[in-house]
Amino acid sequence: MIPKSFTTPNRWLFRFAALTAFFTFLLLGAGGLVTSHEAGMSVPDWPNSYGYNMFLFPPSKWIGGIFYEHTHRLWATLVGFMTTVLMVWLWRSDERAWVKKLGVAAFLGVVIQGVLGGLRVTLKMDDLGIFHGIVAQSFFVLTCALALFTSPFWFRLTQQPEKQGKRVAGGLRRHVAYVAGLIFLQLILGATMRHQHAGLSISDFPLAHGQLWPDTSPAAIARYNAARVDPDQLNPITAFQVILQMIHRIMALLIVLGVAAAAMLSLKRLGKGDYLTRLAFLWLGLILVQAGLGIMTVLSNKAADVATAHVLVGALVLAVGAVWFMVASVRREEAAECESGTLINPSPAVIGSK
Amino acid sequence: MVYMKKALILSLMGGLALGIAAKAGNITGEIKFQGTPPPNVEIIPLENDPVCGALHKDKPFTHFYEVGPNGGLADVVVALQVTGKSTGASAPPAVLDQRGCIYLPGIMAIQTGQKLVVKNSDPCIHNVHTTSKNGNPEHNDAQMAGGPDLTYTFDKPEDFMKFQCDVHPWMFAWVTIEDSPYYCVTDTNGDFVIKNVPPGTYTITASHRKLGTQTLQVTVTDSDVKVDFPAFTIK
Repeated sequence: MIPKSFTTPNRWLFRFAALTAFFTFLLLGAGGLVTSHEAGMSVPDWPNSYGYNMFLFPPSKWIGGIFYEHTHRLWATLVGFMTTVLMVWLWRSDERAWVKKLGVAAFLGVVIQGVLGGLRVTLKMDDLGIFHGIVAQSFFVLTCALALFTSPFWFRLTQQPEKQGKRVAGGLRRHVAYVAGLIFLQLILGATMRHQHAGLSISDFPLAHGQLWPDTSPAAIARYNAARVDPDQLNPITAFQVILQMIHRIMALLIVLGVAAAAMLSLKRLGKGDYLTRLAFLWLGLILVQAGLGIMTVLSNKAADVATAHVLVGALVLAVGAVWFMVASVRREEAAECESGTLINPSPAVIGSK
Repeated sequence: MVYMKKALILSLMGGLALGIAAKAGNITGEIKFQGTPPPNVEIIPLENDPVCGALHKDKPFTHFYEVGPNGGLADVVVALQVTGKSTGASAPPAVLDQRGCIYLPGIMAIQTGQKLVVKNSDPCIHNVHTTSKNGNPEHNDAQMAGGPDLTYTFDKPEDFMKFQCDVHPWMFAWVTIEDSPYYCVTDTNGDFVIKNVPPGTYTITASHRKLGTQTLQVTVTDSDVKVDFPAFTIK
């Protein structure tokens, strides 16, 4: 539904929302580095750091894993502050109730995320790290959505329907929604794999332990573990983790095909000049980069910078899919109600229901 | 008369104690590795760390497989599977040191209820983070340079409980917790001696962190008994 009360875009609000999304993206990178360096427990207390108020913790003590964990906490505090400002700003100046509510949701999200991160340390619960990672990805999409909804582009999109371009068919929108959903599932799988703290359960590519489908018998798992001599002495791998990585690989292939299909369908139905087609091809480019980073993660024995880049591009891929869908939803091709409440191009189903 | 009775009783008790002690036997053996183990690798991040790297004259290496020239395998925990016989509460504390940003020793065994003192001999912060697979409490404690020792006790037997420092992600120790004093960690030649074992038939295990566990039966009489475990290998 086209919002009726979005009369003037506030450019400074948009810029601040975009900056919050960008800083959230950087925060994802900082968090990714914490897990990639196995540093999540390197500061044993929270919200203090080694007994210091976290803002007064001397930089001379930010050594080894502490550097990654402590800077992550400081950056998270900044993003929390920015999200609070954004919520208040939206509440005071935006005319749309649903955007105000999204601002509140973002505030609650960042608070929950901070508490999850703290509890993961104080309760020493590794599994909370998985939820921490998933909430992080979801929160990033929410900040991107807020930047989109406060943008001049969104104003033109919703207030000037004649400039929207071609309608987007329900089939294409659903396709993108399914692929974006698959990407989110893939990110959950990725977070689960990373928080096993077991390193790579399969360290070769394109084969897996030398086979198309790896042997996961107890004897084979014992053999894989005996051969692992990394200095970081990660937890032994299990058959479950090997299968998890195989599912991650298969889903990656499905997602690449799904995004490629979305790009081709956009080109066919919307034309090459349409910004949604260009966005779909950007999506395809990103997903190919992401697949390459996934392969490099394996071949580099999960180098911290490569693995973190894989997390970051994964977040971008999710956000681009979500933004595409949100924009396409405004341009949807169906029995839409126009602002005056009259039906345009009513479908037989709609007519029948009247 | 009373004194004579007391002296007689004490003599009998002493004799009995000596008799029991005399009947306790030692279990000896050698653990071997067959084949070529994966080579230990250089710990590059340790070398590159400005503080920790300066504490090492030689290049630091991992110690997953310590195989002697005759094939003897070190760092194997050999233990009788006996429960409820811990003397840990009265045993002297075991010591785990952090020196050169490495845990020393990397593999050790203690008893349930025995104090384990963790020292920080390094000029930098460590955190002592324990992870249990068998219900022992998980600890994560800061230990500043020059800070006081940390002392832990664990009540449940466990194989290779992980101690790690998350500040320095290459730092690990693996501590096996036994419920009796009848255990030993093999030396650099793969040799072990479990002393003063009361006569009886026992299940004895040899556990290597990377190579798994082997199990045998052993009968102890009043003399030393040698146990021959098959050589460990990577299949």
